[in-house]
Amino acid sequence: MADKVLMKGNEAIAEAAIQAGCHHYFGYPITPQTEVAAYMSKRMPKIGGTFLQAESEVAAINMVIGVASTGKRVMTSSSSPGVSLKSEGISYLAGCDLPALVVNVQRGGPGLGGIQPSQSDYYQSTKGGGHGDYHNIVLAPASVQEMASLTVKGFDLADKYRMVAMILADGTMGQMMEPVSLDVSDVKTYDKPWALTGTECKREHNIVNSLYLQPEELEIKNFERYEKYKAIEENEVMYEEYLMDDAEVCVVAFGITSRVAKNAINEARAKGIKVGMIRPITLWPFPKKPLAAAADKCKAFICVEMNMGQMIDDVELAIRCKKPVYLCNRVGGMIPSPEEVLAKIEEVGGAE
Amino acid sequence: MSKAVNILYAGFGGQGILFAGKFLAYKGLIEEKQVSWLPSYGPEMRGGTANCSVIISDAPIGSPIVSKPDVLVAMNLPSLEKYENEVVSGGKIFVDSTLIDKKVERDDVEVYYIPATQMAYDNNIKTLANMIITGKVLKEVEGFSMDNTEAAFKKVVSARHQDLLGVNSNAVQMGYDY
Repeated sequence: MADKVLMKGNEAIAEAAIQAGCHHYFGYPITPQTEVAAYMSKRMPKIGGTFLQAESEVAAINMVIGVASTGKRVMTSSSSPGVSLKSEGISYLAGCDLPALVVNVQRGGPGLGGIQPSQSDYYQSTKGGGHGDYHNIVLAPASVQEMASLTVKGFDLADKYRMVAMILADGTMGQMMEPVSLDVSDVKTYDKPWALTGTECKREHNIVNSLYLQPEELEIKNFERYEKYKAIEENEVMYEEYLMDDAEVCVVAFGITSRVAKNAINEARAKGIKVGMIRPITLWPFPKKPLAAAADKCKAFICVEMNMGQMIDDVELAIRCKKPVYLCNRVGGMIPSPEEVLAKIEEVGGAE
Repeated sequence: MSKAVNILYAGFGGQGILFAGKFLAYKGLIEEKQVSWLPSYGPEMRGGTANCSVIISDAPIGSPIVSKPDVLVAMNLPSLEKYENEVVSGGKIFVDSTLIDKKVERDDVEVYYIPATQMAYDNNIKTLANMIITGKVLKEVEGFSMDNTEAAFKKVVSARHQDLLGVNSNAVQMGYDY
């Protein structure tokens, strides 16, 4: 316990990134994510790193592309409207097969929306956001400790697969403080023979590019990328099961709503309702297999989300619509209460 | 449910609502409890009401949002009116009676009226009403005590203000003894 400190989720992301060897940060302030940038502005000069507040989110993501091309670990962070602005750059990172970490501390939308927490960028994060056929690895922390550990993991996966890893948090996760241990000892490093580091006239030029005017060539690039995605779906799925052994109702929730759901599940269990939860930690790749397995034993699913029902599509696909899937949601910056989730569990758990 | 204390601090921006919550959270951390601290960060913190949720628990904490507090610390009238009816039956409400004339109307909660702001003025520590009322919280809430107060302040007071540790501790003691 002695080595644990109290930190905001946003600060934990920033410190963990530095521990993971990220010495280049480009961003632009936006509530409720600004503490990431503020923390970086204090720490980066002290470790000889780069903190740069860009003139816009678009500029920041393009600076990320620049550093990523050199093979250095690099990140940017924002909240929902800012991530929309970065989406073009994220597509370019995908097209260039460049690793980078992008953090989205979500707020209510669409448009400027509000500044209170939300999960309404699920589609944007997992289905694209930018144009073209591509995926990001999307990690959904549910504690301040995970804000730190998944940041480290995100850099690792980004480098391993040469692609964008995204931390999909929300205003609550960013603003809350919990004890966190920042003892980062599992930082992996990767050879990057593709990086633009200067040839010193000793090797061929490396080229980082997303433009392929020959359709045959571009098709092959896409096929190759999807081979990689297949491997990721096979090897990198992360999820948590909670009280699923005898569960008849399966709650599916990520991030802050999974914590609200845990309270409700404990109360429902005390009332004798057999309910458990599958919490996706990776939203892409999505934990399809454990959900499909749960569909064989559970009679119903409940998605608890802070959006109008986005992840619910992936749940229905994963279980091939074998069992009914209900939605329990609040939007616009509102957070469902444990009582609301409990009421849904009772409604679904009591019905035949 | 295992033992968890759900605390809601509420008042004006500038009263040290978030600081007081942070102090309790750090104290809990030192005492090897599970803790969480969640501030309001919306438009209300810009000059209006500020509040923060603090949970101190023996078991892992689910939702960090305190909507049904066991302990409410109300440092202005709007906060008392907003949250009075959310406190669980058998809960405790701590009222800064310098700033709040109103009496709590419920009879299923314990209410403590502390003229914290007046005490702070009288003792020339006028920014520390938050810590005076927190002293009373330490006295009255089961499982809380004056233990580790200094250590918690060391964590929560920024490095360049460590000379203020003593006055903070005195303020807590003053509330505890009230």
